Amino acid sequence: MLHIAQTALSLGCIYSLVALALFLSYRVLDIADLTTDGCFVLGMAVSVSAAVAGHPVLGLFEAILAGGCAGFVTAFLQTRLGVPSIIAGIITNTGLYTINLMAMGWSSNISIIKQETIFTLFRATGIGGSWYAILLAGLIAILCMILMRQFLKTRIGLSIRATGDNKDMVSASSINPKFMVTVGLIFANCFTALSGAIAGQLQKSADINAGTGIVVIGLATLIIGETVLNGRRSIERNIAACLVGNIIYRFIYAIVLQTRVIPIEGLKLMTAIIVAAAIAAPSIKASLAVKGRARRELKDHA
Amino acid sequence: MLEIQNISKVFNPGTVNEKVALDGLSLTVEDGDFITVVGSNGAGKSTLFNAISGVFLADSGRILLDGENITFQPDYVRSRYIGRMFQDPLKGTAPHMTIEENLALAYLRADKNTNPLSRITRKEKELFKEKLRMLDMGLEGRMNTPVGTLSGGQRQALTLLMATLVPPKILLLDEHTAALDPQAAEKIMALTKQITDANHTTCLMVTHNLKQAVSIGNRTLMMANGHIVVDLKGEQRKGLTIQDLMNLFKEQAGKELDNDRILLSE
Repeated sequence: MLHIAQTALSLGCIYSLVALALFLSYRVLDIADLTTDGCFVLGMAVSVSAAVAGHPVLGLFEAILAGGCAGFVTAFLQTRLGVPSIIAGIITNTGLYTINLMAMGWSSNISIIKQETIFTLFRATGIGGSWYAILLAGLIAILCMILMRQFLKTRIGLSIRATGDNKDMVSASSINPKFMVTVGLIFANCFTALSGAIAGQLQKSADINAGTGIVVIGLATLIIGETVLNGRRSIERNIAACLVGNIIYRFIYAIVLQTRVIPIEGLKLMTAIIVAAAIAAPSIKASLAVKGRARRELKDHA
Repeated sequence: MLEIQNISKVFNPGTVNEKVALDGLSLTVEDGDFITVVGSNGAGKSTLFNAISGVFLADSGRILLDGENITFQPDYVRSRYIGRMFQDPLKGTAPHMTIEENLALAYLRADKNTNPLSRITRKEKELFKEKLRMLDMGLEGRMNTPVGTLSGGQRQALTLLMATLVPPKILLLDEHTAALDPQAAEKIMALTKQITDANHTTCLMVTHNLKQAVSIGNRTLMMANGHIVVDLKGEQRKGLTIQDLMNLFKEQAGKELDNDRILLSE
């Protein structure tokens, strides 16, 4: 039982970085960035390959850099070449499949056998005892959350937020919205890749299909967190929602996995339904309100 | 000095919806001018402003500002020295950001070389407060309020402050009081005059209020079909009545001034 809780917590911390990335692209910039799936695997592939070569820590930074490049390609396609943002993400995502295979030496999965990972290195310090994985993952997650919060308060952060909030106003304030979209997407994909990089080193392997559905799961966790914390009220709450939503999701996942209340294969469908329902909720609410009013008024006049 | 030389703009060329919005228009604006612009529906007033501010490129012609050719500069570069305000109070501010953050964005124009990773300084906060006090709306005590919760008049006042926080070379006002209630409109107009007078800002203002058109500023332009048909300044403009303006327009444009929102009186 303890082991399940520990796994849920550490995975929650690691995957919260994807939610953080989606918070930046989807909530702040108002762009659905579908680079996410491929970018997650890219980070994983790069970091596991680096760990296999004996550089687990360097691997994280390489993964961040690689993720930033993927974000730049998506941003370049949509801001400079006029590709609609969703298609730009899909194009990059498709191209990344080949890049990811390349990063794993043209193999569809690689494993760390006895080389060090950031987790084995950290365990060797003895800090945290059996909670070492959660401690390390949590530290990185909290560091990233603070970084994101501070970044959004800087001048460039303000400019990025304004770009998602009111594009007309941004270009009237001598800010180039194309540049801001580019910076935002690069930054977001750095976080996604870092998430994949840490996940890969924790499970000691990288798989070409590890990223399938990550973007939907990321959105689901973001929305769960926002609902629990009433997270749209401030940046700080919204950032915290990324972590809280992920931990809740990972606990649900663990419970399903243990109890088999629904088959584990059904979890992706359930996630998809959660996301669809959560995004659709405002418009369903509005249309129900209109229908209710119509029914009441028709009854009154009958 | 702003020089517009022979600019043209055609929308949807070659289709049934083809519309000549600007037809070889030329205009010279002297420093310190406050020009009011009136015209029929679809006369090209907003198109002219969009061409000046760089929202789109004109099909032909040149635009010079203080001798520099800005014809091909993108809008965000021009907005460093061209301020603009729209009719819609929602267009000029970011609703989910605070008053302070909105002002900080407008203040980015002040210096090209500020460190993008720096944050709003205490000195800037004081400056913003002081400027907000000038609006006399109590906004200086609500620096951390999201702008989306302000009234239309308050938002437009804030937009005016943002557009002039770093005094622009030219200020373009596109019916910036038209969407407000009469009281708020009067307040914004008074603030506009106060701020532009204090900085001697060169200003172009589209209005549908003919009383304003003859009483405010030092020059009046009337537009029809992408041309300037009436250009009044100095002696010609003195003592001009609204009726004179209407007659002049009919004489020059060959038709009545048919703007469906025109205000003949206050």
